[in-house]
Amino acid sequence: MESKVKVLIVDDSLIIRQAIEKNLNGFPIEIVGTAGDGKNALELFTQHQPDVVTLDITMPEMDGIAVLEQMMGQNPAVKVMVITALKDKATGLKAIQLGAKSYITKPFTPEKLKTAFGRMLEKN
Amino acid sequence: MNETDLHFFIDSTINYFEEVTGEKALTGIPYIKGKEPVILEYSGIIGISGKRKGCVYFTTTQAMLESLAHEILGITDAATETVKDLAGELANTISGNVREAYGSSFMISVPVVVEGKAKDIRLPENVQSFVIPITWKDFKSFLVVCLE
Repeated sequence: MESKVKVLIVDDSLIIRQAIEKNLNGFPIEIVGTAGDGKNALELFTQHQPDVVTLDITMPEMDGIAVLEQMMGQNPAVKVMVITALKDKATGLKAIQLGAKSYITKPFTPEKLKTAFGRMLEKN
Repeated sequence: MNETDLHFFIDSTINYFEEVTGEKALTGIPYIKGKEPVILEYSGIIGISGKRKGCVYFTTTQAMLESLAHEILGITDAATETVKDLAGELANTISGNVREAYGSSFMISVPVVVEGKAKDIRLPENVQSFVIPITWKDFKSFLVVCLE
């Protein structure tokens, strides 16, 4: 039996965490945790060792760029999809340079999220 | 602040509603905020720092947030916590999206949400604040932008 992809959802917005979870439920994944701040995200990351992380940038405690750096340091194979309201090119470029596999901006439609997520899962 | 600044926020707001709901929001003629309070049931507030300094807030009604939550989650009975959170997320997304124009030196804070009947949102006194009336479906909201 094919094992499910373990996913961690990180966003300080409750409704965004709910929307991501709802829209990804057609994928062969297991949501291993959800976090509302960077510090909690790193704790869950260490605890659950997810294969994929959806990661917001503007968050309390620790921002997503710092979280991304630490996650990539712990597990360079993790696939991180940044989902953020920050629409400037510099932030997108920085996230990709740090190892994010995908970068989408809010607001997102279900189709935009699913397409980007599906593409990222297919990437090696 | 000038007309171009206002357009960035207006475009960002229109884009938000169109992208999330497929239905455009209409914006009214912006005006300079006077002493009268501009506050509805839920307000999401973002502090701005970096190259520009100030504050942006989106204030709206519970009914509007419930309708928007329905569009996002497909549920009709969004919890109060979800509705409150959405006010902050709206302000965050509108403010974050304008970095496309301003660049990464336009720093935004995490949102603070004020619920209920505050007298008003306190803004810097030495800076003009602009009020942008917004109508989505039949719901009235306001975006208030105060930037040095």
